[in-house]
Amino acid sequence: MSKVTELTCIRCPIGCAITVTQDDEGKVTEIVGNSCQNGYLYAENEVTNPTRIVTSTVRVDGGVLPVVSVKTNGDIPKARMFDCMKEINRVHVRAPVSIGDVVLKDVLGLGVDIVATKNVGVMKDGRVYSRTGSGDDQLPRDSV
Amino acid sequence: MADRTAKIVIIGGGPAGLSAASSAVKEGVDPSDVLILERDHVLGGILNQCIHNGFGLHTFHEELTGPEYAERFEKIVKEERIPCLLDTIVVNIEIEKGAEAAASPDGTGIDACKAGSGNDGAALSAACGRKLVSAMNKTDGYFTIEAETVILAMGCRERPRGALNIPGYRPAGIYTAGTAQRFVNIEGRMPGHRVVILGSGDIGLIMARRMTLEGAKVEVVAELMPYSGGLKRNIVQCLDDFGIPLKLSHTVVDIRGKERVEAVTIAQVGPDRKPVPGTEETYECDTLLLSCGLIPENELSGQLGVKLSGVTSGPVVNESLETSVPGVFACGNVLHVHDLVDYVSEEAAQAGKCAAKLVLGKCPAPDAPERVIPVLAKDGVRYTVPAEIRLNHMDELQTIRFRVGGVYKGASVVIDFDDQIFRSQKKKILAPGEMEQVILKKSDLEHAADLKAVTIRVAQAE
Repeated sequence: MSKVTELTCIRCPIGCAITVTQDDEGKVTEIVGNSCQNGYLYAENEVTNPTRIVTSTVRVDGGVLPVVSVKTNGDIPKARMFDCMKEINRVHVRAPVSIGDVVLKDVLGLGVDIVATKNVGVMKDGRVYSRTGSGDDQLPRDSV
Repeated sequence: MADRTAKIVIIGGGPAGLSAASSAVKEGVDPSDVLILERDHVLGGILNQCIHNGFGLHTFHEELTGPEYAERFEKIVKEERIPCLLDTIVVNIEIEKGAEAAASPDGTGIDACKAGSGNDGAALSAACGRKLVSAMNKTDGYFTIEAETVILAMGCRERPRGALNIPGYRPAGIYTAGTAQRFVNIEGRMPGHRVVILGSGDIGLIMARRMTLEGAKVEVVAELMPYSGGLKRNIVQCLDDFGIPLKLSHTVVDIRGKERVEAVTIAQVGPDRKPVPGTEETYECDTLLLSCGLIPENELSGQLGVKLSGVTSGPVVNESLETSVPGVFACGNVLHVHDLVDYVSEEAAQAGKCAAKLVLGKCPAPDAPERVIPVLAKDGVRYTVPAEIRLNHMDELQTIRFRVGGVYKGASVVIDFDDQIFRSQKKKILAPGEMEQVILKKSDLEHAADLKAVTIRVAQAE
């Protein structure tokens, strides 16, 4: 039994409709509908080893914001996105957090870390700025 | 008498404002002569809540998330010690009294700017009329700033339910996509668990993925038009990846639930965009997100008397991105809505550079003969930014950005010099969701001595 997958190419705005056929072992036997080599490679990769960057947020304790945005610092298999989200949602970090801080090492043993993508300062006046804010890291206040 | 003065006041500390500020300083303006006014608690604007990746491929040649992209520009602003007032809202901009005669905000004002000024920045901007910016915040109260130039960088707003004529009740659970994005990504709260999305704008698509990853069930995305308003890659990676159906030529015809959304009914629309009876489908859900277009936020510009385009809702600008009010520039989503922040940064850098040239007296001598060439949009091209080019202010290369009004396959983008085709470029696809651009060379315009107008149009495949 061969497997047929329909894809929309995202290598450029044209968005070719590509049909990929694979044999029983998953080997690509035919790719049609692409109009360039990039499209061919995209389609081949999408059916054999599709990967994605996952971006989300993790809870921050004692910060000026309740959550900090994070990302995987490399591609992970597309099929592991929801597993990855489960791991991310378990994490709590303590403020301050800086861009690039590793909040979870080697997620799911995939060799990829979850890193912060925002600076979140320490809450000082007992108030969380639910309206955005990164206390410590603020610009020097300029007065009129 | 104003409470403080600045040579360049930038309204908005998002990607456009930050890039304009750093570019003005790079051009030679003393950082202390620049002032950024930002309504929020932090700089970065909407990028703070755009935690997905895909930003900066053009600018930094790497894929960044929104907050990371913003931080790159914030860093420059901090290092240069460009003054910023956060938590500060601008309430009015006006031409300072006594200077009004020199500046007529009626579209000819651009030319009025050069009247009676030498190659001297102060005199030039005085001729333009100093601007009085009124603002307020918690610590300083109400105050005024006298500015030589103003750069408008206020961004845009989402079209709300009130502007969409959706029938049905008005229960809790109806949000614009950007509001939901703020709830999830900044406040850390989920607005709902079963979601219907109306409109296939990029923010709606991004939120479909975001809420799905956080455990919500996104039932469907309905789009009124026969094509999506979002980028192709977002449709694939935000909808197709999760098996979320996109129904083109569909709209919401009913919202049920009195306290909270309980169900949403969508129906197919005909070519007249009216619902087709008998095609209704009802989805049980607790949330309806709206991603139905963005509108440049030009309340301040309008008060000031800046001429606005009926197509973009943004100011009409010349090659320097200067509006009809001399010395007032516009860039980013307040000028016209962009798809990519990289282009916002590029455009804003141009506005910052031109404002800097004006205050530094680097603009061409005003008594030099000036040729103004209108840039017109025709046949499928909805508008162009800029709308005119003053030849002696033009850089070697001028980028003209525009959007088309429909989906065209195999068509060409044609540049006409008067009635003659100057250049034609074949495009595999043109779509309203993707901003296009052409680049004009100064020498080409100079060589066409009797040129009256440049026209950008779409020529369909035979």
